[in-house]
Amino acid sequence: MSTLSIKHLVKEYVPGKPVLKDISLDIEGRGITAIIGPSGTGKSTLIRCVNRLIDPTAGEIWFEGKDLATLSGQPLREARRRIGMVFQEYNLVERLTVMENVLSGRLGYMGAWAAWRRKFSDADIQKAFSLLQRVGLADFANRRADELSGGQRQRVGIARAVMQSPGLLLADEPTSSLDPKTSVEIMEIMRDLAADNNIPVMINIHQVELGKRYAERIIGMSGGLVVYDGAPDGLDGEVLRKIYGGQDWLAT
Amino acid sequence: MSATPTVTATAVTRADFFAPTIGKRLAYVGVLAYVVYAAATLGLSLERVQAGLGHGARFLAGFFPPNFTETDIIPGLLESLQIALLSSLIGTALAIPIAVLAARNMMPAAVSSAARLLIAFCRSFHPVIVAIIAVKAVGFGALAGIIALTFASIGFVGKLLAEAIEEISKKQIEAVRATGASFMSVIAFGVVPQVMNRFIGFVAYETDSNLRNSTMVGVVGAGGIGGTLFSAFQRFDYAFVAGIIICIIGLVMIGEVLQIYVKRVFR
Repeated sequence: MSTLSIKHLVKEYVPGKPVLKDISLDIEGRGITAIIGPSGTGKSTLIRCVNRLIDPTAGEIWFEGKDLATLSGQPLREARRRIGMVFQEYNLVERLTVMENVLSGRLGYMGAWAAWRRKFSDADIQKAFSLLQRVGLADFANRRADELSGGQRQRVGIARAVMQSPGLLLADEPTSSLDPKTSVEIMEIMRDLAADNNIPVMINIHQVELGKRYAERIIGMSGGLVVYDGAPDGLDGEVLRKIYGGQDWLAT
Repeated sequence: MSATPTVTATAVTRADFFAPTIGKRLAYVGVLAYVVYAAATLGLSLERVQAGLGHGARFLAGFFPPNFTETDIIPGLLESLQIALLSSLIGTALAIPIAVLAARNMMPAAVSSAARLLIAFCRSFHPVIVAIIAVKAVGFGALAGIIALTFASIGFVGKLLAEAIEEISKKQIEAVRATGASFMSVIAFGVVPQVMNRFIGFVAYETDSNLRNSTMVGVVGAGGIGGTLFSAFQRFDYAFVAGIIICIIGLVMIGEVLQIYVKRVFR
């Protein structure tokens, strides 16, 4: 059985103008699945529909035996805590410390009163610190998030997502705000942490080369539809033209 | 290499982008006309100002030397201080949940509109007017003053805090929500860190403002030094009035210094 099964997903922000037109996908096992496609084609919308930061218009999203599209309230929050998310602009809470940001990955597992008083268990704190060591930021644990560089912030963002003990990791253009070298480092951290935890990663990416290098599967989207779904090797000029349109940009 | 298509430049002038607006000019003329009209109907004239300056000078002369010997200055000041601190505390405690309800990015429109209405109601009356009503309701004394200033605090802190919450970064909230956090946990980890600094500023300013107002609500019988001040006025005991005023200035200045200290501790 696949980890995540999306069936006939449709999202319309304006009635009659669907951004996502009937998307069906299965994500399973482990490894990175990269979604590529031009800006405005609904990649972010698709990712955000999965953890219901955006409500889909129609379709089903099956994850761990539940259709996420139908959940709300407590059941939705319980499903959400099993889905880690990494954001393009990191979305750390700037005025909290690095440690607090990582620990916020546990909020779905504790009550609000405990959260207000920062009553995290020793096991959570140990795990958070180990994750910070893993991403090379243990020395920054007590620093405020807004003191960090972009690459450092994204490492904290990944640590926060993994802190949730997720069954699936989503990443919405995690490298788009970073330089090429840092982008590679971030991709490697995501790949390694996902492998450690034995979970699949679903990632939106603009840098096609980066996607081909780290993903085991590429999904090409265009105009709200999946136009390519297969191995990175299959991404030739013709497929890229189909995804992005035109051809001048492909000239070397 | 494909040839770049030639683009013909379109001729433009300054007027295309900075056209004079008739409406703005009419507004200036309108404001000026109203100032002239208002001054004329209220019968303002230089003679009256001149006569007033003379009265004022005689009145000020009565201030000297200030009289501090009367014994009811200190209890009055202490009562004012207590009114200010208690009303700030109660008002802020009530304002926090109302502000969260009033923030349009936290609540559905129906809830935020209702909370906004409540805040607007608290803000529509001057504390002295509320104090007059409170004195009628609960009788003379400090309780009426506390009610009046609590009312004002809810309006002030509620409005500013609601606006601060509406200006926070949505992205940080989105990330905390994505962890599966409940509403109250999102407030604790997403909202509070983003507004805390400004909130401390509002409360410090509110306490300072309550301290000044608490010396005044006594004029209508709602407790504090204001009552002593008012009766001294009515007895034409200007030396004592001067003594009280100097003590009030001292109290407000001490409050100012304390405010700086408190802000430093909490930030």
